[in-house]
Amino acid sequence: MTRYFSQDHEWIEVDGDVGTVGITDYAQGQLGDITFVDLPAEGASVGKGDAVSVVDSVKAASDVYTPVSGSIAAVNEALADQPELVNTDAETGGWLFRVTLSDTSELGALMDEAAYKTFVDSL
Amino acid sequence: MNAPNASGWRPSLGDAAQAKNATSSGDYALMLEEALSFELGSADKCGVDLEAPGRAPAAGLAKFMRKAAPVLPGLTEPETVRHYTRLSRQNYGIDLGPFPLGSCTMKHNPRLNEKMARLPGFADVHPLQPQATVQGALEVIEQLAHWLITLTGMASVAMSPKAGAHGELCGLLCIRAALDARGEKRDVVLVPESAHGTNPATAAFAGFKVESIPATPAGRVDLAALKSKLGPNVAGVMITNPNTCGLFEPDMRAIADAVHAVGGYVYCDGANFNAIVGKVRPGDLGIDAMHINLHKTFSTPHGGGGPGAGPVVLSEALAPFAPLPFVTRGDDGSMHLVEEENASEGHGQAFGRMVAFHGQMGMFTRALTYILSHGADGLRQVAEDAVLNANYVLRACADVLPAPFADSGPCMHEALFSDSGLAPGFSTLDIAKGLIDEGFHPMTVYFPLVVKGAMLVEPTETESKAGLDRFITSLRSVAQRAKDGDDSLHAAPHYAPRRRLDETLAARKPVLVWQGEPGMAGTPSLSEIGGS
Repeated sequence: MTRYFSQDHEWIEVDGDVGTVGITDYAQGQLGDITFVDLPAEGASVGKGDAVSVVDSVKAASDVYTPVSGSIAAVNEALADQPELVNTDAETGGWLFRVTLSDTSELGALMDEAAYKTFVDSL
Repeated sequence: MNAPNASGWRPSLGDAAQAKNATSSGDYALMLEEALSFELGSADKCGVDLEAPGRAPAAGLAKFMRKAAPVLPGLTEPETVRHYTRLSRQNYGIDLGPFPLGSCTMKHNPRLNEKMARLPGFADVHPLQPQATVQGALEVIEQLAHWLITLTGMASVAMSPKAGAHGELCGLLCIRAALDARGEKRDVVLVPESAHGTNPATAAFAGFKVESIPATPAGRVDLAALKSKLGPNVAGVMITNPNTCGLFEPDMRAIADAVHAVGGYVYCDGANFNAIVGKVRPGDLGIDAMHINLHKTFSTPHGGGGPGAGPVVLSEALAPFAPLPFVTRGDDGSMHLVEEENASEGHGQAFGRMVAFHGQMGMFTRALTYILSHGADGLRQVAEDAVLNANYVLRACADVLPAPFADSGPCMHEALFSDSGLAPGFSTLDIAKGLIDEGFHPMTVYFPLVVKGAMLVEPTETESKAGLDRFITSLRSVAQRAKDGDDSLHAAPHYAPRRRLDETLAARKPVLVWQGEPGMAGTPSLSEIGGS
């Protein structure tokens, strides 16, 4: 499994042709306490860069963009009752949705962990 | 009286209560804890004397007879008066002190406005009265429309929308109607990051796809990025000018020309018109539609004791599609309403209507009073003084709080600061709460999103220099404490009736329905009041 990062602070961990997507720990720290997560519909087809989810925090409502194209394979149902998982476990149990990739070459445009760390340090 | 907070709906006093010696009433000095109206009084009381019905209801109505008593709080008139007056004492408003909410333009509401709005010829009219009996009221609408058109340099104005966001919707529906008339299906609306948050929401609600335009490092619309997104599917752009960074968009004319060149329309969010009224005519900048919040620039109260008013001025291109009704002046000087029945005579392309009647008469009267009592020179001075005051705050605080766009030149109506550079663990929220202890309503926080930990201060022209100096002293003091890592700031406000509330819990588990205990005097069960 390989993990990639986007400039919009999403991470995606790819296993075969399915990617699990969430927001990074840096992103949750910037947003503050998450109060609600609006998740996409399972089966929806999405294009790279589409705003497919919304994360509400005490500060703002922020769009989450899918870093790859494909169809939504699953969403993290636990977030309905426990949106705080995005704060406490942003890059593990606080994942948002899984997407079946239609074009794995799109992953090439994303950053690896080291590159993302450099990117965040530059902000 | 039942003990306040019997149902536990309120956050507890917490540290504040512990810090004080408990009183037997739970109140402190003359600041009173206030229960909900359902928790006051009892079901056997009533503030009004209603006669028992003298006869049985008409046959057809009998089935609508109530079978149970209505679920209402049981309060006498003095209890009711005191309840609301006590609540009002816990409120903070522009009549109590500065209200520096950026992009909200909270300024003094002149009492002359109120005097005029209370004249019975304006206050007591009914929207269905024969037009011959409300000629004066209709003339107020027509006159206000005239001045809004004059001040903005536009072709027409739709007076009926009830608020800013309602006006945005009106403008986008005009754009859609214009596109339909051209037989075109365009589905993209471009919205810069420096626009108001309602803009993308309105575009989405109106059925458009929203595409975001980044801001430049100087806090303006990135013209090149905007041009790169223009195409045959772009219905228009929604721009806030002056924008939410408190800056004028100098490329406005170039933006409008570029959008028009591809057949799109330009919507301008006029919420910040206070900074340019009398100085700039949006019509000269190529704008096709702009709402005007009468409760901001034209000093009517926010809320206004009813719906607000957000008239939308329109260019020649969009004017034919404006919603009904309209007030027009006949050849003999008499006022007429253009409604569906007679619209075909000259306004047959109207997209429909936004509201049942003509708009908010009370707001119209206040706004026209404001315009006529200030005059052209007075309105120009409003803009100049509002901008001067904002720049005074910006420059007076820029050495303790980073002002990300201070190098972009003077700001317009609002000063924008960032929480970069505070001690670790301190943020904008601490400064906002600290200001409450200082006796000031906090500024707009965490907006706009393009600035980290944004603090947006709009002093408006109605604060004196002495008042601004007091605010600046407090803001500087609190900011310095946050830079020095003063831990007591984390617990602020210390002196408000409530200490720092748990905003996260309030958002995650909001209590929206009163949760009284069944059997409490005068209290209905949850199912009786539609709760679950």
